[in-house]
Amino acid sequence: MRTAFIQTLNELADRDPRVCLVVGDLGFSVIEEFAQKHPDQFVNAGVSEQNMIGLAAGMALTGKIVFTYSIGNFATLRCLEQIRNDVCYHRANVKVVAVGGGLAYGNLGVTHHASEDVAIMRALPNMVVVAPGDPVEARLATRAVVALDGPAYLRLGKAGEPLVHENEPPFELGRAITLRDGTDLTLIASGGMLATADKVARTLAAQNLGVRLVSMHTVKPIDREVVARAAVETAHVFTLEEHSIEGGLGGAVAEVMAELDPGHAPLKRIGLRPEFNKTVGDQNYLKSLHGLDEESVLKTIQQIIARSYGRVG
Amino acid sequence: MNSRATEDELRSVARKLRSHSLRMISQAKTSHIGSCLSVADILAVMYGRILRVDPRRPDWPDRDRLIMSKGHAAAITYAAVAEAGFMPAERLEGYARNGSQLYGHVTHVGVPGIEFSSGSLGHGLPVGTGMALAGKRAGAKWRVFVVMSDGELDEGSNWEAILFAGHHQLDNLTIVIDYNKIQSLDAVDKTLRLEPLADKFRAFGWSPREVDGHDVAALSTALEAVPLEKGRPSAIIAHTIKGKGVSWMEGKVLWHYRAPTPDELVTALAEVAAS
Ligand SMILES: Cc1ncc(C[n+]2csc(CCOP(=O)(O)OP(=O)(O)O)c2C)c(N)n1
Ligand SMILES: [Mg+2]
Repeated sequence: MRTAFIQTLNELADRDPRVCLVVGDLGFSVIEEFAQKHPDQFVNAGVSEQNMIGLAAGMALTGKIVFTYSIGNFATLRCLEQIRNDVCYHRANVKVVAVGGGLAYGNLGVTHHASEDVAIMRALPNMVVVAPGDPVEARLATRAVVALDGPAYLRLGKAGEPLVHENEPPFELGRAITLRDGTDLTLIASGGMLATADKVARTLAAQNLGVRLVSMHTVKPIDREVVARAAVETAHVFTLEEHSIEGGLGGAVAEVMAELDPGHAPLKRIGLRPEFNKTVGDQNYLKSLHGLDEESVLKTIQQIIARSYGRVG
Repeated sequence: MNSRATEDELRSVARKLRSHSLRMISQAKTSHIGSCLSVADILAVMYGRILRVDPRRPDWPDRDRLIMSKGHAAAITYAAVAEAGFMPAERLEGYARNGSQLYGHVTHVGVPGIEFSSGSLGHGLPVGTGMALAGKRAGAKWRVFVVMSDGELDEGSNWEAILFAGHHQLDNLTIVIDYNKIQSLDAVDKTLRLEPLADKFRAFGWSPREVDGHDVAALSTALEAVPLEKGRPSAIIAHTIKGKGVSWMEGKVLWHYRAPTPDELVTALAEVAAS
């Protein structure tokens, strides 16, 4: 995703001199080409994220389209008030980009686990929150946030995530992409969990279940219509995200479903337990401790479906 | 407190810390070997001569507090607390491995001797300042040391604490700056210039001293003299070389990121042993 993002940004900056990149002393072996090709559109703010966002807001208020770039929590939490007041309140045209969303930097430690960023960014007025599901979506999302006049948060993984989309799907911020349709259950995924959801959907479909698979790349504004339809047309709704189950995609979907008329499908949020990790592990290891590996996700879903059949029968 | 180590012993500990870090980072394939190598002599002196700590009682209330604020130099920090006797050196093998507790950034959970977790730069000094204020108000004898990096000084949070500590005359607080002249993308001078650094500290009410950060005698002399001036926090500006001890790593940004391959590890360990 990181690679798709920076390549796309390079192309956009070639064409549009307003597109700028401000990094927080990060991006080794990622940002060099951008910096060389567009020296007047690039600056390293140093290890100073609050200043990075302030600078970006200032540049944006003179007419630039400014991307800021750092790791998960440094990109967002460290400079939260700058994002809220300088960027969101002023509707400054700043696109906050975080790499290492979720547990991508698993064994680096709790400081590098970005597990609440979506919840916090989602709470900010005027902020659009995008967590693309694969490199194709990362490319499309980068273009879309440039076209958007206003603040956005782009949450990326690392490099080398699998492709889920074979071709470029129609992409619009705030419009979920339905990759597969069915009425037994809906899987709504954001970020890198789209790949897991896709695999789980294939397995369940092979077991003759009708699976609807939705990529909710834009967590805010959430596609209410797609959520509502899933809640009414399918028997179960599951959200999948590499983020705390509190306040992220699962929280956003729960908010929509809670206000629907009664009688809709139940919801299960699959994501990170809201706690600090105590054990060291790489991304896959920690994900499995949280039940986010393919096998555990499958088991969670199958158990819930079996239980509901038990109730009906 | 340990008996006062000789200079030869300090140099020997520094070699051990470098070798541990090289092995740990090579085996775990993680980053930041250059950051570890530059701070080796500083940590050897801190644990060998300066800190009043007791490995049998990591939570002894009267201990000196050391906060490793450049938390990405985790491998060498764990090695230092292991060599100081807080935990068996065998535990270092778990560094950044699935199922262990030694995260790739300094982590206190389950690791005796680690005072405070870090990894997001610019947190250690404000926290150390808070400890120093509390210690001062309690009339305590223990002192606070914060080891930081030069790129880390970009963070505004540090300058807020520097202003505060100077104002409150916290002379029980000392920082050691691992001034290796390189940060994440480029040289410090090409990113955000820090010079004249000592003048900045003096202007903020601190007492600065510049030393060769690889000379254990010079480091000891400076650190044994704190507070350098009564009523002022001390800033030891330790001039270092990123990657120090392995010639082909020295002064190169690349070794902020790359882990030595098994072959590179062999030659690196040989260089350290011969140093
Ligand atoms: C708040 C924050 N921003 C960014 C980073 C990413 N990062 C890790 S090390 C580093 C800079 C390395 O240079 P320096 O601070 O001089 O440390 P050295 O390794 O040279 O000792 C950066 C930017 C971080 N850890 N924390
Ligand atoms: Mg440095």
